[in-house]
Amino acid sequence: MAEDYVLQMKNIDKEYYGNKVLKGVSLSVRKGEIHGLIGENGAGKSTLMNILFGMPVIHSTGGFSGEIYLNGDKVDLKSPYEAMKMGIGMVHQEFMLIPDFTITENIKLNRETTQDNLISKVFRSDRLKTLNTGSMAADAKKALNRVGLTIDEWVTVAGLPVGHMQFIEIAREIDKTGLRLLVFDEPTAVLTESEADNLLSAMKRLAESGISILFITHRLSEVIQIADNITVLRDGELVADRKSAETNVAELAELMVGRKVDLKGKEKQSREYQESEVILDIKNLQVDMPGEKVTGVDLKIYKGEIFGIGGLAGQGKVGIANGLMGLYPSKGEVIFKGEKLELNNTKSSLERGLAFVSEDRRGVGLLLDSSIELNIVFTTMQTKGKFLKRFGFFSQLDDAGIREYAAKIIQDLDIRCTHSQQLTRQLSGGNQQKVCVARALALDPETILVSEPTRGIDVGAKKLVLDLLIKLNKELGMTIIMTSSELVELRSICNRIAIIFKGKVAGILKASNSDQEFGLMMAGEYQKIEEDGEGRLNE
Amino acid sequence: MNETINNIVKRIGLPRLIIGLLFLATCLTAVMIDLPFGLIVSDILRRFGMFGVLSLAMVPAIQCGTGPNFALPIGIICGILGTLIAIEFNLTSPLLGYGFISAIIISLPFAVLSGWLYGLLLNKIKGSEMLVATYTGFSIVSFMQIAWVTLPFKHPEMRWPIGIGLRVTVSLASTFGEVLNKLWGFSIGKVYFPTGLILFFLACCAVVWVYSRTKAGIEMSAAGANPKFAAASGINVDKNRIIGTILSTFLGAVGVIVYSLSFGFLQLYLAPLYMAFPAVAAVLIGGASTSKIKISHVIIGTFLFQGLLTVAMPVANELVPEGNLSEMLRVIVQNGIILYALTRIGGES
Repeated sequence: MAEDYVLQMKNIDKEYYGNKVLKGVSLSVRKGEIHGLIGENGAGKSTLMNILFGMPVIHSTGGFSGEIYLNGDKVDLKSPYEAMKMGIGMVHQEFMLIPDFTITENIKLNRETTQDNLISKVFRSDRLKTLNTGSMAADAKKALNRVGLTIDEWVTVAGLPVGHMQFIEIAREIDKTGLRLLVFDEPTAVLTESEADNLLSAMKRLAESGISILFITHRLSEVIQIADNITVLRDGELVADRKSAETNVAELAELMVGRKVDLKGKEKQSREYQESEVILDIKNLQVDMPGEKVTGVDLKIYKGEIFGIGGLAGQGKVGIANGLMGLYPSKGEVIFKGEKLELNNTKSSLERGLAFVSEDRRGVGLLLDSSIELNIVFTTMQTKGKFLKRFGFFSQLDDAGIREYAAKIIQDLDIRCTHSQQLTRQLSGGNQQKVCVARALALDPETILVSEPTRGIDVGAKKLVLDLLIKLNKELGMTIIMTSSELVELRSICNRIAIIFKGKVAGILKASNSDQEFGLMMAGEYQKIEEDGEGRLNE
Repeated sequence: MNETINNIVKRIGLPRLIIGLLFLATCLTAVMIDLPFGLIVSDILRRFGMFGVLSLAMVPAIQCGTGPNFALPIGIICGILGTLIAIEFNLTSPLLGYGFISAIIISLPFAVLSGWLYGLLLNKIKGSEMLVATYTGFSIVSFMQIAWVTLPFKHPEMRWPIGIGLRVTVSLASTFGEVLNKLWGFSIGKVYFPTGLILFFLACCAVVWVYSRTKAGIEMSAAGANPKFAAASGINVDKNRIIGTILSTFLGAVGVIVYSLSFGFLQLYLAPLYMAFPAVAAVLIGGASTSKIKISHVIIGTFLFQGLLTVAMPVANELVPEGNLSEMLRVIVQNGIILYALTRIGGES
């Protein structure tokens, strides 16, 4: 029955400049249902949501075809504001909160409860009414309770943990009266595992209270865990509608990627390496990276291993690679290949044979308005003078050489693009990441530092990236130092994994160590237990 | 239908489209009201070559990330200084291009020094380059008012016959006035083609284009396009911004020498004050944005903007004899285009 559905989107077609990104996609969400929407990057999830919210980008590029029904009525949403009025809310991936406002103010922004005062009566203006802080706080409290966040509503948002901010976003959405459908766009991407669990149970509670939820994610186990129905998109097409009770992670992954994916992943081994040959010896490294401060790290990394650096966000794991590359002010002593590495000098780090794939893909990793091929060869050109033709003392770009190299590596890494001169801005996240990896590889490095290589990448591309790292390690003997928030990923390819806590190494574990050990170490509890002598956990 | 029009507008770019259509319209009007079209075409070509290098000076500045060089008067003053010194010491033999080449060479050290100092300043005020540039330009022009009066130049052609200081305009008739215009110049009917001038401009474009494809040039544009990216590739961003500023300043110096050469006079005192604006407007019309520029933008933009102004003047005078309509048109177009470009980020992809 049509009336059962809160949202129905029928036969949605959309093209951008002749490029069809959605082909006859339909989506139906019942009242009180959690509906999972999954698909690789570039599968058309964001476009579908942009259509639902009537984003200007859709209308400025020629609109779309197909029909949208809300509660059985055909609607034509022209702007996000209209969508909001129709009871559709969105929890964004990047938080849209004002840091210096209190939680209440953030939740009630532009929907404040007000009361008349003398001036507003004189001018007969709603805008001049006094805020009714009491009722606002009560509303905020109520909304916070509904999402299960126990925090005082008068606290300012600045400085709160990421997980809390997410909940405040949700509280703001559910505080809106008449909210019928709430869209979560990869809400767990920035959360730690325990925060993600909290979020999922909050979503369940919301669904039980009658709000329908559209849950967009990459994490298949989460979607199975909480969604009632799951829609899978691939390359702009609707591939499957499944009841989550009747499917499993492996099937979803397969549907999504369209090729067999070995999700479990056998324990992958890196090449044999000698525990005696230290390639990188880090002593008391301190890096002043805002938000990821490293306060004194000692690590020995052996030649030919895949070394993992893990830990919770903000503990400093990301700072290590950035410090080694001289991107943030650092102190300490680093011996690389038997010689001292000059800190705070990016050029020398690169020349010594360290390559870096940044965690900040769009900010640091790419020249967004330059071609793919220039992005790939740029660093190599600058540090090694390759891809240049020499004419006496001046040089010119070697177009043919660059194109040839780019074509080869584009094929090797399966970078999906129209041609090698395409701007990197136009690529999807996964393909952008591959360009970043390609740039590091072009340096022909001995040791490669990879930070968050799979952040925001779909399952298929993730596997390709990880396989690629193993291949580089096995076939070329490259030493790989991978920083990642995804423990599973680290454990699937690394020999040893250092867990960073409060800017220091909490300990080094093997992939085979138990979940419990990893969990304790990340939470900073490991040493306490060890000091108490309760558990002798081997390193 | 609507979409195709939108696409065309997007491809060409709104400024180029508007100015292009306006240019065509004034050209048609000029033909209809029987203006001497041969003379007008000659004038367009001359002004195209005359302003070209000044517009070209925007390229290194925008590429290195400091935005359109509104402080072009710094370079212009270096060029004027170079020219004055060349004339003062009679370095005007035919071998030195009647002073043209010597003026450029002498202005080089001034441009490098002042470009370097100005680059240091720009590195301290990242984010508000354009505003600071505008006022730096204004200040330096005002400061030089004093210098023009007090500098000990002796040459009779540039001193006031009575009183102290340099003249407001110094004639270049006896030195390198119009030498490039006449070099290999020829006439087709009533149209005079200033071959040397145009060739010089195009040669400068070629040099800048070749430079932008060298290791150093790529380094500079990467530092401008994404400073963090450049830093992660071991590039000294601040150094590259200084290099870009020096290059822009030097091109400004060459630009004003070419401008004066073709004009026949060297203009001192207040003349350099607003010279940056037509150059900025030209490249923006050509399709550049405050962060992206190509050589083609310079050539197309200079041609359209100067072409429009050249044709508009006699047409406007013919249609509305009283008042100074054409000058008003110039100011409206020039500042309007700059305003338009500054309100949007992006430009042609």
